[in-house]
Amino acid sequence: MPKITFIEHDGTTNEVEGEVGMTVMELARKHDIPGIEAECGGACSCATCHVYVDDAWTAKTGSPEEMEEDMLDFAFDVRANSRLSCQIKITDELDGLIVRTPEKQF
Amino acid sequence: MEMTNSPIETDVVIIGAGPCGLFAVFELGLLDIRCHLIDILDRPGGQCAELYPEKPIYDIPAYPIISGQELTDALLEQIKPFDPQYHFNQRVDEIERIGDNKFRLKTDDNQEFICKNVVIAAGGGSFTPKRPPLPGIEDYEGKSVHYSVRRMSDFEGKDLLIVGGGDSALDWTLNLTPLAKSVTLVHRRDKFRAATDSVNKMMALREEGKINFILGQMTELKGENGELSSVTISGPEGETEVNCNCLLPFFGLTMKLGPVANWGLNLHENLIAVDTEKFETSEPGIFAIGDINHYPGKLKLILSGFHEAALMAQKVNNYIYPDKKVVFQYTTSSSSLQKKLGVK
Repeated sequence: MPKITFIEHDGTTNEVEGEVGMTVMELARKHDIPGIEAECGGACSCATCHVYVDDAWTAKTGSPEEMEEDMLDFAFDVRANSRLSCQIKITDELDGLIVRTPEKQF
Repeated sequence: MEMTNSPIETDVVIIGAGPCGLFAVFELGLLDIRCHLIDILDRPGGQCAELYPEKPIYDIPAYPIISGQELTDALLEQIKPFDPQYHFNQRVDEIERIGDNKFRLKTDDNQEFICKNVVIAAGGGSFTPKRPPLPGIEDYEGKSVHYSVRRMSDFEGKDLLIVGGGDSALDWTLNLTPLAKSVTLVHRRDKFRAATDSVNKMMALREEGKINFILGQMTELKGENGELSSVTISGPEGETEVNCNCLLPFFGLTMKLGPVANWGLNLHENLIAVDTEKFETSEPGIFAIGDINHYPGKLKLILSGFHEAALMAQKVNNYIYPDKKVVFQYTTSSSSLQKKLGVK
C-alpha cells in the first residue's frame, strides 16, 4: 500500500498507509491529520484541504484542473505547488508522496 | 425604507432553508401548520445549493443519483402546496420566549417574527465570509475591513483595495470605481472566475487606467486604531505596499455556528442536543433537525434529517392543536391529505 507523509507547519511528521483509489484528503481525515479540515467533505467546494506538494512529487501528482484552480482562489498563501488534497487520488505511483499542510486552513 | 418592519406572525419559523428545513414544511403542512423559513443565503438549498449544486448525491432513497440542485428543486416543488414564505439574506440573531408556546425571533435585518414553535434546521451553521488569516485583521473589521457592501455610499472617496477573482470582487470593483478615490484590485492569478462580461468590463477599466491591478496575495496589514493605511502584497514581482484606507476581501464563505450558541440551548460539541422521539431541544417548543443536532447514534445524512422532520412535526402538531385527535394517515390513501396536496 502506498505510504504518504504529511508534514505539519511545525515540522511534525505523520507517515500513514493509503489505499489506492482514496484521496489524500480522505486519508488525512481517516488518520486525524491536523491541518486538514475538508469542510465540504470532498466536493472541491471549500479549499480547506489545501496542501503543498513536495517539489520532488509535483510532476507525479500533476497540476490542478480548472475547477480546483478556481477553488484555490479561496485558499490562503497559495503557491506553485498548492493543491486541494481532495483532488489527489492515491495511486501506486504516489508511494512515498510527501505533502505539507499550511499553518491553518481558512 | 422602513427602519423597523412590523412583526410577522406564523405557526412555525424554520431557521435554515436547506433540504431538512424544506422537507419540514411538507411534514408540518400535512398537519395544517404554516411555516416561514429564514436563511442567510440568497436562495434555498443550504449546503446543497452553496457547496455542491452540481455534485451527485447517491444516498437519497429512491434516487440512485441526484444533484444538490435537483434535490432542492424537487423539494421546492413538493412543498409548493403549503405556500411557505421565504426570507433570504437574513440571519436569526435572537430567540426569546414571550409566553407559553410563543416565541419572538429577531433577524440581523431587524425583522421580527412571532411564532408558536421554532425549528432549527441550520445545518453546519451560518454561511459567513471567510476572514483572511492576517495578523490583527480583526482590529480593522467594521472600520476599514468589510466583507460585504451594504451601502455603496460608505465607500465614497475611499482608497479601496479589493481582493479576489470571483463575481463579488469584480462586481464591487465595477460598481465602486466611480465612487471611490482610487481602486486597486488584487488577485493571485491573471484569471478570473467571475462572469465574462464583468471580466471584460474590469479589463477595460484597467486599460483606461481607472483601476490598478496587482497580481499577488496579501501578506501584511498596516495601520493603527482600526484605521488601515496600507496592505503589503507579495507577488511574482516581489513585494508591493499599497496605500489604502479600506479593504474588501472576497474569499468565499465558511460555516460558523454563529448566534445559535447564544440561545441558551444545551449543546454537545457545537451541536444542539435533542431527544430522538421529538427532536426537541432543552428548551421546550424549540426543535432542531438535520446536521445541526446531536443524539446518540446521529448520522449527518439528509435522509436522517427527513426522518427527524417527520417526528418533530407530530410534536409540533400536539403543541399547536392540543385538542386535535391524532389520526395517522398515508398520503397514498387519505383524501384529506391529498386535498391539502392539491391532488385532483
